[in-house]
Amino acid sequence: MRKLGRRDLPLSGDASARFLPWLIAFMVFLAALALVGAEALRQTAERWDGGLSGRFTVQLPPAADPDPAAEESRIDLVLAQLRGIQGIREIEVLDRAAAAALLEPWLGDAAADPALPLPVLIGVRHAGDAGRAAAEARARLAEALPEARVDDHRGWLGGLLDLTRGLEMLALFLLLLVGAAAVVTVVFVTRTGLAVHRPVIELLHLMGARDGQVAGRFQAHAFRLGLAGGLLGLAAAGLCWLALDWAVGPSTAALLPPLRPGPRLLVSLALLPLAAALVARTTARITVMRTLARMP
Amino acid sequence: MVRFEDVTLRYGQGPEILTRLSFHLEPGSFHFLVGPSGAGKSSLLKLLYLGQQPSGGRISLFGRDVARLGRDQRALLRRRIGVVFQDFRLVEHLSVFDNVALPLRLAGEREQGLRRKVEELLSWVGLAEQLQAAPETLSGGQQQRVAIARAVVGRPNLLVADEPTGNVDDRIGQRLMHLFQELHRNGTTVVLATHNEAMVRRLGQPVLRIDQGRLRLEGGSSPAEEARE
Repeated sequence: MRKLGRRDLPLSGDASARFLPWLIAFMVFLAALALVGAEALRQTAERWDGGLSGRFTVQLPPAADPDPAAEESRIDLVLAQLRGIQGIREIEVLDRAAAAALLEPWLGDAAADPALPLPVLIGVRHAGDAGRAAAEARARLAEALPEARVDDHRGWLGGLLDLTRGLEMLALFLLLLVGAAAVVTVVFVTRTGLAVHRPVIELLHLMGARDGQVAGRFQAHAFRLGLAGGLLGLAAAGLCWLALDWAVGPSTAALLPPLRPGPRLLVSLALLPLAAALVARTTARITVMRTLARMP
Repeated sequence: MVRFEDVTLRYGQGPEILTRLSFHLEPGSFHFLVGPSGAGKSSLLKLLYLGQQPSGGRISLFGRDVARLGRDQRALLRRRIGVVFQDFRLVEHLSVFDNVALPLRLAGEREQGLRRKVEELLSWVGLAEQLQAAPETLSGGQQQRVAIARAVVGRPNLLVADEPTGNVDDRIGQRLMHLFQELHRNGTTVVLATHNEAMVRRLGQPVLRIDQGRLRLEGGSSPAEEARE
């Protein structure tokens, strides 16, 4: 089946078609940012999760009588109980000076006041399931030292991870939304093209052009515009990413470490313009075929 | 070749434009289609060139029931039909040459072969000097000749023409009629709608006369009789 030539059905001059690459560029730009955002959130969640996995903390509230010898014996008691748990790899007691240093940004010099009641923190690293080990520690300490509190960080970390994953889902939803908007835009542009060229399309139809021949012209046109817009949008997103990295990277490095683009992200980004072009092509084809089906 | 059986046509919920038409056109026949304005000539032509689906009845072209054909098969059938539209329907952005070459290109004919055919035909209709002209720069008569050249360039089995000599002078009109007769002699079935009763009488071909949606054959067996054959 011969394809219709550009001269037979000149779609390039259509006013609506001239805007399509820009609209698709904008959508691919948003989609690329959404992808990068989703990946950054995923990496952050992984980092938080990985950083605290296999760890739990035992907290000893300050004693009513700040006797160093008594405190030492409470610590020894806890350490003895913890060492009895299988799989414990490391136990670190955060002494008073270290705890004061942690509080210093909030309390200033007052943090170093020996009268300030500070809890004793004991960090534990476990080789296996830290949750189960924490539960065992909780059971052992409940008898030996009921005031000790065991925290495996699951409570607050779980909430934070849920929030991060929720934002990641939101980013992917945004991606879908952008895809849907691209489809609607291409449908609109294609229908406009069909309306503008209706007399010629009707003539071609009556001369024996197959629906696929007419649709082929529209889909090739949409593919070209989609690809051009996609590449433009990706380039803009790349520039935006670099600018953002340069502008705010160092100041937020502690909170949000820089994104390490893995192969999955790079391939996804590289495929975005092609995906945009294919969405445009498929949408144009379906739109034209459905419109032509109404002709006799 | 062409068989209509109880064919009825109405647009939407409107009145019947054509009422239970039954006729049969033999392969290689030549018929004039005449009738007053609004009688249904253009509607009948539309049905003939598959530009409209009937509201009822059955149409067979080239031995095939049109209603049973798929869209691609119907497209292939249309390639065997040449149409001269009353309003020419030339493609404005294409040159005269490209307008005439369009049916051949759609059918997948190679450029080399089609160039010779198109140039010969345009030369025959007196437009050899206007090959690259834009249709809008041509006179009405010249545009009509381009439309006719486009309709016949693929040597169609059925030629349907709506007032094909309406905008040309007598000399060109006779030349074009000669072209239609030549096609007819070579086996093309021709249906030619016209208001020119003098030309119809002069050529003495059978006439399909349509009035108020009903058809009558003059100068041959009746349409109903032909349908029964």
